[in-house]
Amino acid sequence: MSPVLVLGACAGYLLVLFLVAAWSDRRAAEGRSVIDSALVYALSWGVYCTAWTYFGSVGRAATGGVWFLPIYLGPMLAMLVAWIVLRKMVRIAHTYRITSIADFIAGRYGKSPGLAALVTLITVIGIVPYIALQLKAVEAGYIVLTGRGDEDAVGWLGDGTFYVALSLATFAIIFGTRHLDVAERHEGMVAAIAFESIVKLVAFLAVGAFVTWGLFGGMSDIWARAGEVPKLAGLMQLGGPGFDHAQWFAMTVLSAFSVLLLPRQFQVMVVECVNERHVRRAAWLFPAYLLLINVFVLPIAIGGLLLLGAGGDPETFVLSLPLTQGAPGLALLAYLGGLSAATGMLIVETVAVSTMVCNDLVMPALLRLGRLGDGDLTRIILNVRRAAIVAVLMLGYLYFHVAGEAYALVSIGLISFAAVAQFAPSLLGGIYWRGGTRVGAIAGLVAGFAVWAWTLMLPSVAKSGWIADDFVAHGPFGIGLLAPEQLFGLTGLDSLTHSLFWSMLANVGLYVGLSLARAPSAREASQALLFVDVFRRPGAEPVFWRGRARLDDLRALAARFLGPARAEALFDEHAAEVGVPVPDLVADARLVDRVERQIAGAVGTASARVLVASVAQEEPLSVEDVLEILDESSQLRGYARALESATVELRDANEALKSLDELKDDFMSSVTHELRTPLTSIRALSEVMRDTPDIEPAERDEFLRIIVSETERLGRLVNQVLDLAKIESGHAEWHNTDVDLRAVIQDAARAVSELFRERGARLDLSLPDAVPTIRADADRLTQVMLNLLSNAAKFVPDVDGRVEVRLRSEADALVVEVHDNGPGVPQPDQATVFEKFRQGGDAQTRPPGTGLGLPISRQIVDHLGGRMWLESEPGRGACFAFRLPLQPGGNENELQGADS
Amino acid sequence: MSERRGPRAQSLIALCVAGVVLFNFPLLAVWGQGATVFGLPLLPVALFGIWAALIAILAWVSERGGG
Repeated sequence: MSPVLVLGACAGYLLVLFLVAAWSDRRAAEGRSVIDSALVYALSWGVYCTAWTYFGSVGRAATGGVWFLPIYLGPMLAMLVAWIVLRKMVRIAHTYRITSIADFIAGRYGKSPGLAALVTLITVIGIVPYIALQLKAVEAGYIVLTGRGDEDAVGWLGDGTFYVALSLATFAIIFGTRHLDVAERHEGMVAAIAFESIVKLVAFLAVGAFVTWGLFGGMSDIWARAGEVPKLAGLMQLGGPGFDHAQWFAMTVLSAFSVLLLPRQFQVMVVECVNERHVRRAAWLFPAYLLLINVFVLPIAIGGLLLLGAGGDPETFVLSLPLTQGAPGLALLAYLGGLSAATGMLIVETVAVSTMVCNDLVMPALLRLGRLGDGDLTRIILNVRRAAIVAVLMLGYLYFHVAGEAYALVSIGLISFAAVAQFAPSLLGGIYWRGGTRVGAIAGLVAGFAVWAWTLMLPSVAKSGWIADDFVAHGPFGIGLLAPEQLFGLTGLDSLTHSLFWSMLANVGLYVGLSLARAPSAREASQALLFVDVFRRPGAEPVFWRGRARLDDLRALAARFLGPARAEALFDEHAAEVGVPVPDLVADARLVDRVERQIAGAVGTASARVLVASVAQEEPLSVEDVLEILDESSQLRGYARALESATVELRDANEALKSLDELKDDFMSSVTHELRTPLTSIRALSEVMRDTPDIEPAERDEFLRIIVSETERLGRLVNQVLDLAKIESGHAEWHNTDVDLRAVIQDAARAVSELFRERGARLDLSLPDAVPTIRADADRLTQVMLNLLSNAAKFVPDVDGRVEVRLRSEADALVVEVHDNGPGVPQPDQATVFEKFRQGGDAQTRPPGTGLGLPISRQIVDHLGGRMWLESEPGRGACFAFRLPLQPGGNENELQGADS
Repeated sequence: MSERRGPRAQSLIALCVAGVVLFNFPLLAVWGQGATVFGLPLLPVALFGIWAALIAILAWVSERGGG
């Protein structure tokens, strides 16, 4: 394939990448973010799959069968608990404006600048070879495609890889450091990374499908043909007891840590997270992505071995298979896929590492030297970042050129994984264990890193032939116990597992041991609380700061590091929250903390701490002070909660009063209405008699009878209203005695017998021979019976009306039912018959009555601890019933009180 | 961590432990005996199958309850 075509395709691809990023940045500026979605978020995590895995997986599969898998099974396992662990990291990072893994660890252990620098150094040393590996992959692929090496290249300027590195530096500078963002979020970069993840997935799947179905007859065909070759047949088995289970496990654990702790993973997962809710869906989308991109690894590897034989390099099967089997277009696509895997890693890794280098190495040094002047520093910070990006990429390029063909590159991916795995104890321990201290973290990191360098890094360098490898075999100065790959005589483990075991032992041992041995300082203790308990105090973190600061100093500081516009916005926002104008703001702990957090977003937690301390007079806190502040803040929170619930109670009470008030109004208007009706007729009839002296005696008698009757009704109404009011308010007098309910019913029946006779209705009593007596007010019960019976009498039909009263005795109660054969109560009215002034029927047809009889009856029965209800089906009569307990339980005291 | 809806921490940890057990010795030795399913070697089929099943269960645990 002609180099011009390949270079043109690469240039075109990079151009598309720029366009995607620019488009996404513009969308973000319009407020329509493309990366605010779980899918794009998960795709951006795909930066985990670098060129090392894109090309290297097939290489590994061709020599070791399933050995390419642990690198992906580890992330699967890590993603299972992402909702627990990763979400906590995201919450902590966003709450305290943490923008890098160095910041995270340093922030946890008392904002220690030394720790931040240490983490940054480990990262740079561990990652630069990994960056070199990506560049090597870009070059190796180019050689396979074009069929020629760089023998015709004239120094760096003739080297395509150099230009790739340069254009990536340009990309990272444009989309990674265009402006100083305190959240350190880069929309365009993330969108481009998600796009790259799609490209590499599609390209790899296309090659896989081409090999599986284009060159073979499906997967089983590949296995069947592989089965005929003895060397390949063994590839798909574990190979008996010789299988290295320890290494398998070590690689799973290593990759599970790496997927959270590699700088680029931390960048896309934690720093670039738009919304922590996205973690939930991305946690299963991302392993699904990994599974998809791995489905065809084995078919390509076996297929390549079958078709190209041992002569081909398995690492480039993805390219050489389509190229030699008549699909050069597909080979170019596969190369672009590899390019996307490499560039994605390079971009995110350099942006992440440059942030660390700038914030945790360069800025602290500049601050210490006092070389920063007094002006706006945002431009300087950005330029330091840009320089760091170029430096990191060029460092990688240099490494690639010096060590390009050496052994060191082959296993460098895992060596880098093992380096960042050293962060696991202090980072993961730090967010779940309050006891971890700065000294423990530093000692653990230093020891773990030293063991890593001695047992893994140096032997790989020695094997490249740069230094004499005597010490690997025989130990330094012939001391066998210190031999890097058999430390203290430990044999039987491969070098990776061996190194991981010793480095983790040293790391965890010192971290835990020293943390337990020495109490943390106040600042470490307070930071530990803030990190470990981040979910406990959403939006109301305590501020562990005491001292005095001047508002002007804070404003000047913020303006220097955030730029004047952003600083002004910060103070305006705070002023709006506090409710005073900016000039009257008090530089209290909360404002100081706010300024410090914003500056931390720009220059890192540790530097921000130093800067704020430089303009404020701070009181050193003791551990007791920390506990006191924590206590105050939880008390404050308690007060706030109490106040809130009191407010709610007040509101509820107010609502209840309002509805009672409405009830009272309803009641008053009903009473007034009921009083006015008889009054009107009394008045009208009286006026007629006054104005008509010669009225007929018969007519006069009739008028007088009506007046007397209406007056009686008025009197009854007034009595009942008073009665009801007394019962409801609990002021009624109750004369409780042992009452025989049979006698009560018989008395009431006698009293209404005249009424029933007038209505032409029959009243049947069905009473048992004896019932237990109950403790109640006999007159009130008679009143209840009278109400029910007269009510029934009103509704029975004019002809053949019948009412039946049944009394029965139950285990713990007496039940009285009053049946009538009237029209019954329609369904909609059943719920309201016991309400005041609700009479059955409409105004025209309903019989006379006050509408208070049933409510009063129910009040009486309720007061006696019983219950009154209505059973009725229209057309089949109504049945009012009540039930009185033999032993009034709950109302015992009330009844006794009423007795006296 | 109950202040927001999401998958239950216990389910996730149980799933993770199950994954560690299924992907490692001694169960790994069970998958790696050289048997074949549908003409494919059992070892990769089992590993990919467990992998897919873990993703499916994680998706189900994460997505139920809406939000």
